[in-house]
Amino acid sequence: MKYTVFAAATAALCAFATTSTAEPQAEVLHWWTSGGEAKSVAVLQQEFKDAGGTWTDMPVAGGGGDAAMTALRARVLSGNAPAAVQLKGPAIQEWYEEGVLSDISSVAEENGWADVLPAAIAEHMKCEGHWCAAPVNVHRVDWIWANKKILEDNGIAMPTTWDEFNAAAEKLKAAGITPLAHGGQSWQDATVFETVVLGLGGPEFFHKALVELDPEALGSDTMKAVFDQMRLLRGDVDANFSGRDWNLATAMVMNGEAAFQIMGDWAKGEFLAAGKVPGEDFLCASTPGDGYLYNVDSFAMFEVEGDDKVEGQKLLAKLIVGPSFQKVFNLNKGSIPVRTDVSLDDFDMCAHTSAEEMASSSANGSLLPSYAHGMALRGAQSGAITDVVTAHFNSDMSSEDAVKMLVDAVAAVQ
Amino acid sequence: MTDLSATQGAARPWGKIALRWGLYVLLGLFALYYLVPLFVMVTTSLKSLDEIRSGSLIALPRDVTFDAWAKAWSGACTGIQCEGLRPYFFNSIAMAIPAVMISTVIGAMNGYVVAQWKFRGANIIFSLLLFGCFIPFQVVLLPMAKMLGVLGMAGTIPGLIMVHVIYGIGFTTLFFRNYYVTIPVELVKAAKIDGAGFFRIFWSIFLPLSLPIIVVSVIWQFTQIWNDFLFGVSFSQAGTQPVTVALNNIVNSTTGVKEYNVDMAAAIIAALPTLLVYVVAGKYFIRGLTAGSVKG
Amino acid sequence: MTLWLERHVPKLVLAPSFAAILLFVYGFIAWTGWISLTKSRLMPKYDIEGVQQYTRLFDAPRWDVAMNNLYIFGALFIVIAMVLGLLLAILLDQKIRTEGVLRTIYLYPMALSMIVTGTAWKWILNPGLGLEKVVQGWGFENFKFDWLVNPDYAIYTIVIAAVWQSSGFVMALFLAGLRSVDSEIIKAAQVDGIPTTRIYTAIIIPSMAPIFLSAFIVLSHLAIKSFDLVIAMTNGGPGYATDLPATYMYAMAFSRGDLGQAASSAMIMMLVVFTIVVPYLYSELRTRND
Repeated sequence: MKYTVFAAATAALCAFATTSTAEPQAEVLHWWTSGGEAKSVAVLQQEFKDAGGTWTDMPVAGGGGDAAMTALRARVLSGNAPAAVQLKGPAIQEWYEEGVLSDISSVAEENGWADVLPAAIAEHMKCEGHWCAAPVNVHRVDWIWANKKILEDNGIAMPTTWDEFNAAAEKLKAAGITPLAHGGQSWQDATVFETVVLGLGGPEFFHKALVELDPEALGSDTMKAVFDQMRLLRGDVDANFSGRDWNLATAMVMNGEAAFQIMGDWAKGEFLAAGKVPGEDFLCASTPGDGYLYNVDSFAMFEVEGDDKVEGQKLLAKLIVGPSFQKVFNLNKGSIPVRTDVSLDDFDMCAHTSAEEMASSSANGSLLPSYAHGMALRGAQSGAITDVVTAHFNSDMSSEDAVKMLVDAVAAVQ
Repeated sequence: MTDLSATQGAARPWGKIALRWGLYVLLGLFALYYLVPLFVMVTTSLKSLDEIRSGSLIALPRDVTFDAWAKAWSGACTGIQCEGLRPYFFNSIAMAIPAVMISTVIGAMNGYVVAQWKFRGANIIFSLLLFGCFIPFQVVLLPMAKMLGVLGMAGTIPGLIMVHVIYGIGFTTLFFRNYYVTIPVELVKAAKIDGAGFFRIFWSIFLPLSLPIIVVSVIWQFTQIWNDFLFGVSFSQAGTQPVTVALNNIVNSTTGVKEYNVDMAAAIIAALPTLLVYVVAGKYFIRGLTAGSVKG
Repeated sequence: MTLWLERHVPKLVLAPSFAAILLFVYGFIAWTGWISLTKSRLMPKYDIEGVQQYTRLFDAPRWDVAMNNLYIFGALFIVIAMVLGLLLAILLDQKIRTEGVLRTIYLYPMALSMIVTGTAWKWILNPGLGLEKVVQGWGFENFKFDWLVNPDYAIYTIVIAAVWQSSGFVMALFLAGLRSVDSEIIKAAQVDGIPTTRIYTAIIIPSMAPIFLSAFIVLSHLAIKSFDLVIAMTNGGPGYATDLPATYMYAMAFSRGDLGQAASSAMIMMLVVFTIVVPYLYSELRTRND
């Protein structure tokens, strides 16, 4: 009985498929399933539909994409890969090495992607010289958010160096306010860590240590200073930070329980959803130091069979980088468009800051990939670093030991 | 029949009453421990998001609203569709019911053989089946995906049913075997002398005795299969995703706004079929339903 | 022919399960063993490279923590859930009028997805939000319960939630067992004036030895596979203080693209299970066999 139902359903599906052979179609695996994110993807689906395509949605949320990656492996192994998959950073090239990605250079060249994308970001979308993925947005990771009223009441300005931050923290603690709202989850620890590396070491050091994995940089005194600063920050969080979700930390800043939070620009979405206004209720600024850490979401295109699917894939790639989707999507999501030629008139002041600093960083070479969000390193490498960072932050390990462990851990996964 | 009070006799009615009261108090205290998380979930699901955000996570709701429940059922986004859990229920039902039935029947037959019709090597086979219970499911994902691809069942509900049956028979066999070994061997011997065969003995002697263990097996299998996420997410595709995948999509937002009230309501809704099974199946726990036939 | 069939029916009944298990369990274990000797990253590769995945595994401090946690968590979880389950089953078997309701209350945690109940537990156990704050609010200012955020104690909070989730099922197993005990024997013992506690310890509980085996297997299966629970409650934290082998393996295989490492951890995990379960199975099956 169950089987006949299924057979009927398959037959119906097949019939449907034959009638629409000429039309482009695409199955899309992504993990944007919650309110604002889902609506943003729905915009893309609508554009795809308007262009005559059939979109099959395959959403799998969880663990920042871990669950989706599990599903993806199973799908690829069973010879049934989706057309487009939300992937980012070096993972794109890793999948390319498995020989399962397709080439979308024709779309990229037709639409002049090379002219509108920042060079550093375009590089992530290429596999051995040809285009294999389409970028969606740019999240900035090195943001520091603050409760404006608390800063004013205590006479504190947005810190521009880590020393200033430490001084502000002391002042706040004396006033009985938690200086830093933080959630003790390993990826959040890693997020704070990389902003400190960037702030204390500078863009060049960041690149050497967390992109090239240069053992000398990893074992340097600068790295020791970074861990010292992490130890100080550990004293700036409240006692119950362990395991807290990032959005609850954001709520602490909103409710005046804490002054600062270091988090990517998705935190802005939480503020806005609670009806807070940037510049009036809360402040946004880059974390102390120069540089810009980006976290670019993108869709990698997998090898599919059949003209309709290949067509669908190309159409999808074109729409993703198209100006209209770039604008609508990023307005919804809190990030900024990856294209440099989209008008930012409707965006808020934080987005403007982000776009301006992306342009200037791109020009002076300090536009850097976020290690904590899987843009800089392979999973095994970034994971090994995160293990050390979170172990140090959640224990009384000395900075010397942490540096030593870091060098060893990275050497083990080379 | 193992009534504690029975042995106390009528001589000490006060002691008996005190004992009964103590018993109920103890059971009630345990019930509290089990209910606290549910209390948190239900109260959260009845709050508005503003109330949650303002900081009172564990408190009674100031204003009760059922919006979150309506949203979880038919409005929450699980991807680009915002139709809540509803569309995914059918997939889960189509998967769980056959899988539970098939694995329970196979388990009952296997358990019957291993407990009462031993042949050389039967115990080894049983041990091998048992050890199969311990294989981490994360390990089987990739080879299984390949296998399903080869069989042409990738992304289908029959494929999911097959996977759940295979990794369920270890447990169902275990339950039935360990229940059936407590039934005296003489019973089977006597029936054989009367000329009854393998299936006849099962049908007329063992099956009527099996209600409590069938209940256990169904509870276990239904819970495991209904709540399974790992197989569901790996071996389904658009259109066959079970309700746990949808729940996961509602709950797990990476960089979006978290709606705890909808999460909690969705979790309770997704659990309703399992709860129904517990209530309905639980009735058949009553002892002595057919106890007479053991001695018959 | 029919006679041959008659004689071999038991074997034929068992054959399909046996074949399926051979392929889908033991075949896959062999496959995992193979992968553990390779340098597979994102996807399986089949060129054998040697045992370096194992040396890497044993050098990883995080794996030590995971294994230690498995022993602590496994032992506590199995013992507590077993004792609690048996106790609840015995209490419920005293002709309790509200048995149906109580049974469902004890069982329901199994029905809820841990992805969400983990969040509820996280709030309850968080010192700033839950139990500690509530009890302090009642006037007990010195009450402290901060296990969840203390790296040395966080693993015990996982035990609390895991027992909460699974002990109800153990209760159901024992309840089914209690209800298969021959009531004539108990009646006879009661007539002889044997005290109730003796009836339980000397007659009823020993006769349920096979049920204990079921409970043990189910609980140890849950213990080594505890995964959702840890992910939802602590995600392995603080630091990686509550990491378990299952979460380690999953992280390696699916978020870090280090399949060879994941396979080697899976093999060690199964080896540990093997050394614990096999002796128990052996003694259990031998005594039942004579």
